[in-house]
Amino acid sequence: MLLPKEYKTISDLSGPLVVVEKVEDVRYDELVEIELGNGEIRRGRVLEIAKDRALVQIFEGTTGIDVQSTKVRFTGKVLTLPVSKDMLGRIFNGRGEPIDGGAPIIPEKKLDINGYPMNPYSRDYPSEFIQTGISTIDGMNPMVRGQKLPIFSGSGMPHNRIAAQVARQATVLGEHEDFAVVFAAMGITFEEASFFMEDFRRTGSIERTVMFVNLADDPAIERITTPRLALTCAEYLAFEHDYQVLVILTDLTNYCEALREISAARKEVPGRRGYPGYLYTDLATMYERAGRLKGKKGSITQFPILTMPEDDKTHPIPDLTGYITEGQIILSRTLHRKGIYPPVDVLPSLSRLKDKGIGKGKTREDHADLMNQLFAAYARGKEAKELATILGEGALTEEDKAFAKFADEFENTYVRQGEYENRTIEETLEKGWDLLTLIPVSELKRVRDEYIEKYLKPRLEKK
Amino acid sequence: MEKIIKGAIAKISGPLVVAEGMTGASMYDVVRVGELGLVGEIIELKGDLASIQVYEETSGLKPKEPVVSTGAPLSVELGPGLIEQFYDGVQRPLALIEQAAQSPFITRGIHVPSLPRDKKWHFKPVVEMGTEVEGGDVLGIVKETVLVDHKIMVPPGVKGKVKEIKEGEFTVEEPIAVIGTENGDVEVAMLQRWPVRLPRPVARRLPPNVPLVTGQRVVDTFFPMARGGAACVPGPFGSGKTVIQHQLAKWADAEIVVYVGCGERGNEMTDVLLEFPELEDPRSGQPLMKRTVLIANTSNMPVAAREASIYTGITIAEYYRDMGYSVALMADSTSRWAEALREIGGRLEEMPGEEGYPAYLGTRLASFYERAGRAICLGKDGREGSISAIGAVSPPGGDLSEPVSQNTLRVTKVFWGLDASLAYQRHFPAINWLLSYSLYAESLGEYWDDRYDGEWSKMRTQAMSLLEEEDRLKEIVRLVGIDALSKEERMILETAKSIREDFLHQNAFHEVDTYASMDKQFKMLKTILYFHELSMDALKKGALLNDILKLEVREKIARMRYVSEDRLEDIDKLEPEIKRQIEGLLPEGGFSDVAAERV
Repeated sequence: MLLPKEYKTISDLSGPLVVVEKVEDVRYDELVEIELGNGEIRRGRVLEIAKDRALVQIFEGTTGIDVQSTKVRFTGKVLTLPVSKDMLGRIFNGRGEPIDGGAPIIPEKKLDINGYPMNPYSRDYPSEFIQTGISTIDGMNPMVRGQKLPIFSGSGMPHNRIAAQVARQATVLGEHEDFAVVFAAMGITFEEASFFMEDFRRTGSIERTVMFVNLADDPAIERITTPRLALTCAEYLAFEHDYQVLVILTDLTNYCEALREISAARKEVPGRRGYPGYLYTDLATMYERAGRLKGKKGSITQFPILTMPEDDKTHPIPDLTGYITEGQIILSRTLHRKGIYPPVDVLPSLSRLKDKGIGKGKTREDHADLMNQLFAAYARGKEAKELATILGEGALTEEDKAFAKFADEFENTYVRQGEYENRTIEETLEKGWDLLTLIPVSELKRVRDEYIEKYLKPRLEKK
Repeated sequence: MEKIIKGAIAKISGPLVVAEGMTGASMYDVVRVGELGLVGEIIELKGDLASIQVYEETSGLKPKEPVVSTGAPLSVELGPGLIEQFYDGVQRPLALIEQAAQSPFITRGIHVPSLPRDKKWHFKPVVEMGTEVEGGDVLGIVKETVLVDHKIMVPPGVKGKVKEIKEGEFTVEEPIAVIGTENGDVEVAMLQRWPVRLPRPVARRLPPNVPLVTGQRVVDTFFPMARGGAACVPGPFGSGKTVIQHQLAKWADAEIVVYVGCGERGNEMTDVLLEFPELEDPRSGQPLMKRTVLIANTSNMPVAAREASIYTGITIAEYYRDMGYSVALMADSTSRWAEALREIGGRLEEMPGEEGYPAYLGTRLASFYERAGRAICLGKDGREGSISAIGAVSPPGGDLSEPVSQNTLRVTKVFWGLDASLAYQRHFPAINWLLSYSLYAESLGEYWDDRYDGEWSKMRTQAMSLLEEEDRLKEIVRLVGIDALSKEERMILETAKSIREDFLHQNAFHEVDTYASMDKQFKMLKTILYFHELSMDALKKGALLNDILKLEVREKIARMRYVSEDRLEDIDKLEPEIKRQIEGLLPEGGFSDVAAERV
C-alpha cells in the first residue's frame, strides 16, 4: 500500500474553504487531511472537483493555514464514524472523538456518515405510541416510534427542559425493550450542554445515552457533520442492535447558520434570506433518517429542537423543517409568561402520525374523539376570550362564557404540569373528560354518543 | 443505428457532473456516469462539454472516470404490469431495488427493469389479420388487474396492415403482432417506450365539462373539479395538503390513479403503500391498489430524480388516458420539484429569476399542467380519455406571493386554498371557502342541475352567500358586539356555522364520513337550508331565536354526516321533523304556504 500523495499546492483560502491545485485521482466528497506547518492535523471534505482543482472544506476552520508549508493528503475515503455498542454512556466531540477522558472506542465497524436513503418500500409505518408523560404531547399531539417531531421554540423558552423531560420519561406502553438516547448538540453553549449532561447523569440515563457535542465556540463547520455522526450512531444502534433510539438534535438553527456560512463562502446563488437553495434537501437528508424498517425491531425517533428567529414560524428554518417533519410542537411565549410549564401552544402544534398510534389497543378507544373535541373547544374558548378583551365579558353568550372558562381551566390543569410529573395516558385522558364537563353536552359534536355515555355522563351525574 | 459516445468526467459538484469529450451527444440523452454506472441525463451542452444531472448520489466519483451516452432520451417503459407498482423517480421498482441492494437502504448503481420481464400475460386480440391499423388502434387486451383492462395499442406513427396476430401467453418483450407498413414489417410487443419529456399525442382535445366526483363535500359542492381539469392545493405546512391528496387519490371516481410523491416524506409514501391495498374502491369493492401506480422520490432521495419523477408520472398517466381511461394524477408537492429545478439551475450557474428559481420555472410548470386534459385519443374508435392533474404547492410560510404558487395559479383552473387557522381549529379539509375558487363551477353546475331538478346551483349559491354574509356579520360583531345584530342576522350566523361544521367539515379518518356521495351531499345541504328557511320564517312570525336553537332536531342535523350511504332515507326523514318541531314554536297559524309546500 502506497502512502497517499501529499500536495503543497494550496492556491486560494477563503473562509472555511481551500482550493488545492494539480491534484490527481481525487474523489468527490472524500475525506482530506491537512497538515499545518506546525504539525497540527486538521480534517476536511472535498466539495467540488473541476479537473485538477479540488475545493476542500476544512472542519476546524482555516486559521493558521498558509499556502507555503501546509500539506494536503487525500485519504480516498468518505467521512466515516467508527461505531460500537460501547459508545453508550460516552461523550464525543463534533468529529466523533471521545472527549470524556475515557478510552478510545474499539470500533466494530466504520460507517459512512451520510448513510443511504431508506427505501420507502422497506419502511414500516410508525404506529406504536410513545408515552412521554406530558399531557400536551400524549393527549393532544401523540408521538409514535419512528416519528420526527421537532420543538419550535424561541430564545429564552424552556425547550431544553422539555427535551430532557421527554428523554427521561419516554416509554412504550407494555413493553420492555432496550431504549437509548442519542444526543447531538450543535453550537449550543457550554451551560446548555452541561444542563443535559447533568440531568442525564443525575437520573442515571447517561448509561444509555451517546452524546455528540459541538459547542458554540467549536468550529462552525463541524456542525454540519455533528448531526450526521449522531444519526449514523443511531442507525447502528437501532437497526443492528434493536435499540429504540430517541435522537435529540439541538439547535437546528445553528446548523442552518453554518450551512449558510459555507454556501456564502462558495458564492452560491442564495435562496430565501441568504440560505442556500438546497436547504430543504439538506435538512431532509437528516430528518428522513428517522423511521422504522420492516423486519427490524429497532426504531429511530427524532426530537429536534430549533429556536425560531424572532419567534417567526415563516422563517425559512422552521418553515422548511415543518414541511419535512411529521408535525411540530410549538411553544408559546404568552403561556411561558403566565408561568405555565410546559408552555406548549397546542393549537398550532400537530402530530401527523397520531392517527395510527392511538385508539383501541394502543391508548384508549375515545382518544381521537376526545382530542378533536379538546382542540375545538380550546380554539373556541380562546376566541371567546379575545372577544371579551375587546367588548367586555358582557358581550359573551352563556355558551361563550362556558368555553372561555374551559380555555382557562385547560391551560391551568391540562397544559400545566410539573417538570418531574410523569402522567400516564389514562391520567391525561381522564383530565380531558373532567374538563369537558364545563361545556354544554349539545356542543360536543366531535365525540361519539357512546363515549359521551361512557365517560362523560358519570361525571355529570356526580356533579 | 445508435452511436456510442464515450467521454470522461471533468467536474463534480453535488448532483451535477460535467463530462468532456461528449461531441455528438444530444440534449436529454441518458448517460451512465463513472465506474458504478450511475444514471444521469444531459441537460446542457457546450462544445464537447456536457452537463449531466445524476439521478444517484455522486460521492466517491472522480475526474477521468468514464461517461457513456446511451443515445436515447430518458424514457419510461409502458405495458402491462404498471398498475400496483411502486416506483422511484426514474421508474425503478422500489421492491426490486430492495432485492438488488439486499438492504432496506437505497445503494447506488442498481439497474432493475421497470416492468417484470419473465411474467406471462394473457393477450387477447381484438383485431383480425388483414385489418388496416394506425397509431393508437387497439390490437388486443390484457387483463392487468381485476379493475384494469390493459389495451395494447399500435405505437403512434405506425400504420399498416396486421400481418400476424395471435392469442396466448406472452412476456412483455415477445412480439404479439406483426404490422406490414410502407417501410417493412414492424413487430409489436406489449412493452413500449416513450420519452418522458415528450407529451403523447392525441387526436383532438375536448373541454372539461364532466365532473370528477371526489366524495369530499367542500370540493364537489363548492369548488368542483372536472375530468381533465387542473387543480392546485397550496397551503402552509400542517394545513392538510397531503391528507387532501390522499383523500382524492382514494375516492375520486377516476379509473386509474397515478400518485407522485415528489420530494415529500418517506413515511407518507409507506402509509399509501400499506393503506391502498386495504382500502376498498367504493364503486367496485376491489382494493384501491388495483388501479393505482405509485411513484415516490422522497425528500432524501437524489434531487435530480425528483425533477424527473413528475414527468415519469404524467407519461404513465398519458399512456392510460390513451386507452380511454379517466386518470387522476396527484403530485405532492410541485414546490419540491421546483426546488430541484432551482438547485440544478444553481449548479449550472444559470442566471436566476425570482427567489433564485430559474427563469423558465413558469414555462415548465405550464407545460406540465397542459399535459392534463380531456381528449379523443388516437385510434379509429374515437375513445375518450382524460387526465385530471392535482398539484400540491408548499409556499414558504404559506405566502402565496412566491413564484411557484403564482406560476401555478396562472395555469390551473381550480384553487383549493388551505388555511392554517382552519387547521388549528381542526376544521378539515382546511379549504378556505372565501378564498378558493373553481372555474368549472358553472359548467359543472349545469351538469348537476340536470340531475337534481335544477336546484343544485341555486343551493350552492345560497350556501356560499350565507358564508359571505357570515364573514360580514362577524366583522360587525367584532366591532360592536353580538347585540348589534337582529335575530334574523343571528340566525344567518347559526346557519353559516351549521354549513361549516355540519357540512364542510369532513373527517377523513371516520369510516362513514370520509366519503359522501353526491346524493348524500345534496340531501345534507338541502336539509340545512330547509331548516334555515323555516327558521327565518318562524322568526318573522314571532318565534324566539333561543327556542329555535334549542330544538332537538339540530342535533340530528349535526349528525347527518354519519349516516351511511345505504340509509340516506334517514336524512329525508329530517325535513318533516324539522317542520313539526319549528311549527311547535309558533304561537298560532303555522307557516306561510311557500315553506309548507316544500314538505
